[in-house]
Amino acid sequence: MSDIAPQSHVLSASLRREFVLAFRNRGEVANPLIFFFCIIIFVPLGISPEGKVLAPLAPGMIWIVALLATLLSLDRLFRSDWEDGSLEQMLLSGQSLYLIVINKVFVHWLTTGLPLTALSPFLGVMMSLPAEGYLPLVSSLFLGTCCLSLIGAIGAALTVALRRGGLLLSLIIMPLYVPVLIFGTAAVRSAIDGYSVSGQFAVLGAMLTAALVLAPLAVSGALRISVDS
Amino acid sequence: MNKAQLSLVNLSCEREERLIFSGLNAQYDAGDVVHIAGPNGVGKTTLMRIVTGLSSHYEGEVRWCGEVARGYEFHSSLLYHGHHAGINPSLTPLENLHWYFGLNGVAAASARSSLDTVFLNALAKVGLTGYGDIPCLHMSAGQQRRVALARLYISEAPLWVLDEPFTAIDKAGVAQLEQRIDDHAKSGGLVLLTTHQASALGNLKTLNMAKFAGGEQ
Amino acid sequence: MTWQWFHRLGSPKWFYEKTTVWLPWIAAAAVILLVVGSIWGLAFAPPDAKQGNSYRIIYIHVPASFLALAGYYVMAISGAIGLIWRMKLSFMVLKSAAPVGAVLTFVSLITGSIWGKPTWGTWWEWDARITSMLVLFFLYLGIIALQSAYRQQEAADKTSAILALVGMVNIPIIYKSVDWWYTLHQPATLKLTEKSAIDPSMAYPLITMILAFYAVYAWLLISQIRVEVLRREKKTRWVQSIGEVS
Repeated sequence: MSDIAPQSHVLSASLRREFVLAFRNRGEVANPLIFFFCIIIFVPLGISPEGKVLAPLAPGMIWIVALLATLLSLDRLFRSDWEDGSLEQMLLSGQSLYLIVINKVFVHWLTTGLPLTALSPFLGVMMSLPAEGYLPLVSSLFLGTCCLSLIGAIGAALTVALRRGGLLLSLIIMPLYVPVLIFGTAAVRSAIDGYSVSGQFAVLGAMLTAALVLAPLAVSGALRISVDS
Repeated sequence: MNKAQLSLVNLSCEREERLIFSGLNAQYDAGDVVHIAGPNGVGKTTLMRIVTGLSSHYEGEVRWCGEVARGYEFHSSLLYHGHHAGINPSLTPLENLHWYFGLNGVAAASARSSLDTVFLNALAKVGLTGYGDIPCLHMSAGQQRRVALARLYISEAPLWVLDEPFTAIDKAGVAQLEQRIDDHAKSGGLVLLTTHQASALGNLKTLNMAKFAGGEQ
Repeated sequence: MTWQWFHRLGSPKWFYEKTTVWLPWIAAAAVILLVVGSIWGLAFAPPDAKQGNSYRIIYIHVPASFLALAGYYVMAISGAIGLIWRMKLSFMVLKSAAPVGAVLTFVSLITGSIWGKPTWGTWWEWDARITSMLVLFFLYLGIIALQSAYRQQEAADKTSAILALVGMVNIPIIYKSVDWWYTLHQPATLKLTEKSAIDPSMAYPLITMILAFYAVYAWLLISQIRVEVLRREKKTRWVQSIGEVS
């Protein structure tokens, strides 16, 4: 019997792998970010370039586009692991699947949610977001995109065994994103209107905690089923 | 460590309303190399996936060393080589092995540099000298299979479940692999394998799946 | 064994045989309750002080919304039972409950919209309840889509069971968020279903209609499940013998 692989090894081995993979496939990783920018161009073109018109739309539009960009990035989360058999090896390692899943989702967030968050102020400028909105926008996206990655991973795991799972993934995950969107945009809007935003952030934090605890369980179950199908 | 022993107790499997096999009883001990044989569609791969625990579509029991073969204890004794071997094409062989043995544990010294030597040695044994740092997508199908087979020279898991390990491997490679399987069995390991090639392995036990094929339900 | 009844309940054959007996009674109850409830509600209940006669659509809208939500829980809980106890029948319940629930949600949305026209002067108002119903509708569609995407029935059953459970955990959060969002944007104009304000003379027919919808729901669901039982068990001897007899 081999030595029991300590959890720290599992953690570092799978983190290292995910980072290297994200780096090697950086083109694919960058696509959702480019999409994020592209879509925001449509807003002034389709509605109006006037600051007065854009400003009230800004928090919602930026949030919606971040949400869509996350959705686009989700399909690749488990796809290659499923195709090349790595997922089977993960299940058979006997290691906590929870840990492995959290690792994967974390790296997904670092390469999708975090860059989206970092880019959001630029979009804010392009959308004439009022000055008070920037900090809440960035912080709400910071917390919110974590939730989006975690919840989205459930959809990715449920559809990984389907050859064309991408659109279905969006369909099944979208309704689950409703609360995150509501509280994320509400935080920004309240801040712009000069109200306290601690309530909204408390709710976002609570949703993140719940998602951290529960989503990996659902993902693990779904992955076992996908491998078994 | 308990002596390796694998028991299949009254296994039956039904997929999509079709009975694939039933009433499968068998027991194997340390030193056995078991060839799971039978025509296509008789459930060879399915049986392997049931043994490893990847598939839950079965009735009956799989026991390892007397215990129900599930959970960490069992999985740390298991090496599975499937149709898709779990080699990520974007990673190099070394990176693939580092990941695999990070998850599965390896007795050798844990420093990354000394692990590199262990892994490079294993890669040399499967004929991949000098390929350590080339992303697997630049390698041929056979070479990619060999990367996965390099695990056999490193792992200390007693139970090997090898689904078509000889696919895409050349003659010399097959001979070497058979040697490795033989050595493993002699040192107290247990191997289940499927293959469509005539095997030169000695002491080969055959599990003929056709005997348990499901007829009418 | 004390668990015997539980396993018997999980047997499709047992379910099919029992419901053959029950179904006519449930159907009769549904029809009687529906007739009594709608005549009572439409003809005998007094008109509303503010809304006149247009409020009478609640006799369909409210029970449909009720069952649409309850139906999701029926679906998710049977999914959980299937995952935990590997009971064949519960997956059939899950699969059958999805379209029935989706239809009820759709009815609720349509009647809500029709009610909205005289009340708000518009076919669609982003009212909290209607918005929640719309989200629920998409949750149902997700389950149906996932079910039909898989070719292997087992994978379809298990994945949709997980999705239904995830949805069940989320529904209270979604409802609360949408409620909160609504109060934020539109300080209450006119709430559709004011709980305390309803007069007993209007409430009794409503209760009758709710019971009627429960019966209709049971009827629809059981009929769906029976079809599913026959479809999935078509190779077994007991199903084939049914075919021979008739």
